[in-house]
Amino acid sequence: MNYSILIGGAAGQGMDTLAQLLTKSLKRHGYFVFKHSDYMSRVRGGHNFIQIRFSDNQVYTYEDKVDIIYALNKETIDLHKDRLKEGGIVLADKAVGDNEDLLILELEDTAKTAGNSRAVTSVGMGVILKLLGLDPKPALEVIESTLKDSIVEVNKEAFGKGHEMVESRFGLEQKEDKRILIDGNTAVALGAAAAGCRYYCGYPMTPSTTVLSNMEKWSGELGIFTEQVEDEVAALNMALGASYAGVRAMTGSSGGGIALMSEALSLAGIIETPVVIINVQRPGPATGLPTRTEQADLRFVIHSGHGEFPKMVVSLRSVEDAFYQTARAFNLAEKYQIPVILLSDQYLADGETTAEPFDFKRVDIERNLHEGDLPEGRYKRYLLTDSGVSPRIIPGKFEDKLVLVDSDEHDEYGNITESSLVRKSMVDKRNKKGDLLEGEVQEPWIMGDDKPENLIVCWGSVYGPVKEALGLLQKDGYSIGALVYGDIYPFPTKTLKEKSKFAKKIIDVENNSTAQLDGLMREFALIKSDEKILKYDGRAFSVDELYNRLKEVVE
Amino acid sequence: MMTCEYNLYDPSWCPGCGNYMIRKALKQALEELEIPPHMAVVVTGIGQAAKMPHYIGANGFNGLHGRALPPAIGIKLSNKELTVIAESGDGDTYGEGGNHFIHTIRRNVNIAHFVHDNQIYGLTKGQGSPTTAMGQVTTLQYDGVKVEPVKPLALSLTMGAGFVARGFSGDIPQLVELMKEAIQYRGYAHLDIFQPCVVWNKVNTFQWYKDRVYKLPEDYDYTDFNAAYQKSLEFGDKIPTGILYKVEKEIYEDRFQFIKDGPPLVDAQLDPMDAEKLLKDFY
Repeated sequence: MNYSILIGGAAGQGMDTLAQLLTKSLKRHGYFVFKHSDYMSRVRGGHNFIQIRFSDNQVYTYEDKVDIIYALNKETIDLHKDRLKEGGIVLADKAVGDNEDLLILELEDTAKTAGNSRAVTSVGMGVILKLLGLDPKPALEVIESTLKDSIVEVNKEAFGKGHEMVESRFGLEQKEDKRILIDGNTAVALGAAAAGCRYYCGYPMTPSTTVLSNMEKWSGELGIFTEQVEDEVAALNMALGASYAGVRAMTGSSGGGIALMSEALSLAGIIETPVVIINVQRPGPATGLPTRTEQADLRFVIHSGHGEFPKMVVSLRSVEDAFYQTARAFNLAEKYQIPVILLSDQYLADGETTAEPFDFKRVDIERNLHEGDLPEGRYKRYLLTDSGVSPRIIPGKFEDKLVLVDSDEHDEYGNITESSLVRKSMVDKRNKKGDLLEGEVQEPWIMGDDKPENLIVCWGSVYGPVKEALGLLQKDGYSIGALVYGDIYPFPTKTLKEKSKFAKKIIDVENNSTAQLDGLMREFALIKSDEKILKYDGRAFSVDELYNRLKEVVE
Repeated sequence: MMTCEYNLYDPSWCPGCGNYMIRKALKQALEELEIPPHMAVVVTGIGQAAKMPHYIGANGFNGLHGRALPPAIGIKLSNKELTVIAESGDGDTYGEGGNHFIHTIRRNVNIAHFVHDNQIYGLTKGQGSPTTAMGQVTTLQYDGVKVEPVKPLALSLTMGAGFVARGFSGDIPQLVELMKEAIQYRGYAHLDIFQPCVVWNKVNTFQWYKDRVYKLPEDYDYTDFNAAYQKSLEFGDKIPTGILYKVEKEIYEDRFQFIKDGPPLVDAQLDPMDAEKLLKDFY
C-alpha cells in the first residue's frame, strides 16, 4: 500500500500546522511517512503545497500521483487535479469550488460551529482521516500535544466534527507505532547535541536556519551556547575561538553564508583547529531559489578556502545519516584537527520522515586532546610528527604551557615565520593529514545487484529517490545497482573501481546541472559515467520522474 | 608557586614604533594584576599591532584581519576563567572589523579591547586608515583622504559600551592603569591607544600627540554619558586621555544561566546520553 495526500493553498492559510498534525497522526497510526513541502519564498500568498506520502513500507521520497487533494484555494485544484490517482478525491470547502467531481463540504461553517473559523483545517483533517478509515484517537492526542492550550479544545471539536462528516473510503488499519518522525536539519542538530557540541552560532539563512533554532531551543537544557551572530564571518571565527578554547563548536549556513565563511575556513586549515560546518544547500548562484533544493555546492565546498589545506566533506543521505554522520564529524575534526564540512540540502533539511529511533549509545565522543606530560620548555602547538597531527592542548589547562595559534605561516611553536624550510615542512605536515584522511573515508553505500550491468552513482539526499526507483527497475528485471556516496572528499575510489568493472553503463544521478560527482570520479578514479540524469529546476526527484528517466537509459 | 612573569620575544617592529611601549604597558599591567600567563589569551587580527601574541608570553590567537573580536568572544564564552584581551590596529578594528566592533559592544562580553591607533596602515605600507584625517596625503591617497575619519570613542559610546577610554603610548604609567582598569572591568572595555607610526605617518607623530593629549581632570565624572560624549568628540588642539566613561552593566555571559552559574563550558563532561531525552519530542 502507498498513499499520498496533497495540501495546497497560499502562505498564511495554516497548511504548515495541518501538515504537521496530519503527518504525525499518520505516524502514530503506525505508518511510514514522508512529508515534502514545496514553498515559495514569501510569507503571505503565492502557491504552496505539501505532500504527505505514507505506506506500510519505508518511503524515501514523494510521488507524482496523489490519492487525496485538500485544496485550500481554487488554484490548488487547477494546478494539481490532473495528478489524482484513479479513485482519488479532491476535498474543498464550498467557498473554494463547486465542481461536482469534487468532495465539497461545509468545512468553514463547521469550524464556526465548533467555535472558530480558523480551525477549518482541523475539520479538513478530520475528514481526511475518516476517508482513510482511521480512528480519531491518535490525531486527537497529536492535536493536544502540539497546539497551544488556548486552541486545543476548539480544534479537537472541529476535528471531531470533520471526522463525522464522511464515510470511510480507503478502509486502512491501525499499525504499531515504533518510529520517530524527524527532518534532516533537526537530525543534524540532534547529532551535534549528542556529540557534545557546546557552541553553535550562525546567521539565519534558509534552508539552514532550523539547525540553529533547534540548538537554541535546547541551549538551556543541555548547556549549549547558541547565538544568532552579526554575520557568517563572525560565526566561523567565533566557532574557531571556542574550539581553540577547547569546546566542540559548529556553525552552518547555506551557500551564500558558506561563501562568507571561506576566509575563516582557510584559517581553520592553517591553525589546525577542529570545527564542523554544515552547508544546507539551496540553488544558486547568489540568492538563487532560497526555498528550494539543489546539490550544486559540492565543488564549491571542496575548493572553498584559499590556499592548500586538508579538509573533509561528508554528504548526508538520510535523516539517520544526518544524525550519525554529524556526530562522527566532531570526532574526525578533532582527530585530525581539521574543518569537516557536512553537505545537506533543502530537500533533506525540510523533508520530514519516519526513522528508526536514533541510538545515542552508538555515538562515541573521542576528543583526541593530549593528556599527561609534555616535554620541558615551550609547548609546540605544531610539533612535527610522523602523522602530521600534533599533540593538542587547550589554553589554561597546563600551568607552564601556552597555546599559540597563528594564521601566518608559523614554526612549531606557532610563531610567525618566513623560513622556506619551515614553510615547506608545515605544508607537508598539513598535507600528511590529508593523506591520512584518505584512509579514514567510508566507501559509498552499495544498493541493488551485486554485479550490476547498470551502475547508478549518486551522493547525498538523492539516495531516497534512487533507492525507490532502483527497486522498481529491479522488479522490471533490470540488472541494476547503485553507489551512494556519503563521505565524498577525500573521494573514496575503491568500491567504484571494483563495481565499474562489471558495469556496462554507469549512470550519474545528481541534483545539479554540471554532474559534479562525475567530475570527481574522473579526477580521482579515472572513471567517467556513461549517462547523466541531472535535475536543476530547484526541485528534488520524485520517484516517478527518476524511474522514468532511468528507464530511458538502462540496458 | 605560579609565576606571573610575562616573557618577551624579539619583535620585528620598526625602532621607535609605539607598539614597544604598548607591549611594555601590557606586560606590566598583567603582572601587576597577577594574572598567570597560562590564564591570559591575547587575540589579534592582522597588522603590526596584531603581531603582539608573538612577542609576549601569553596564550595567543593570531587570527584574520579584522577578526580579532569574534574568536575573543568564542574563547571567553567557552572558558570564562581566562582573561581575554583582543588587541589590534585601527584599520583592523574600525575598518575590516567594523561590523564585529559594533556587535561586540551590543553583547558586552567580559573582554578587554586594546586598539593600537596610529591613524595609518603600517603593515601594508602607509595607506589611509579609518582614523586618518580628512585631506591627509598617504602612499595611496595621493591627493588626500576624501572620507571623514571614524570617531572610535563616540562610536563605542553611542553603541552602549560601558567602558570607554583613551591612552597614549607616550605615557606608560597612565597606560598601565588604563589597561588594568579595562581588564578588571566586568564587561567589554574599549581602550583606544594613540601611538606614532614612525615610518608611515609623518603627520600624527610622537610630538603631534604629545602636544595635544591631556589627562581628564580629577573631578571629571566618568559616569556622565553626556560629558563622555562631548569628550569623545574633542579631537583638535587638545585631545583628552583617561577613562571617558565607565558604568556597571550586565554582561552577556550572565544572560545564560548555565554559563553564569555553571563551570566553564570547556569543563563540561560530555555524554551522548545527555541528549537522548530530546528524542521524546519526535515520537
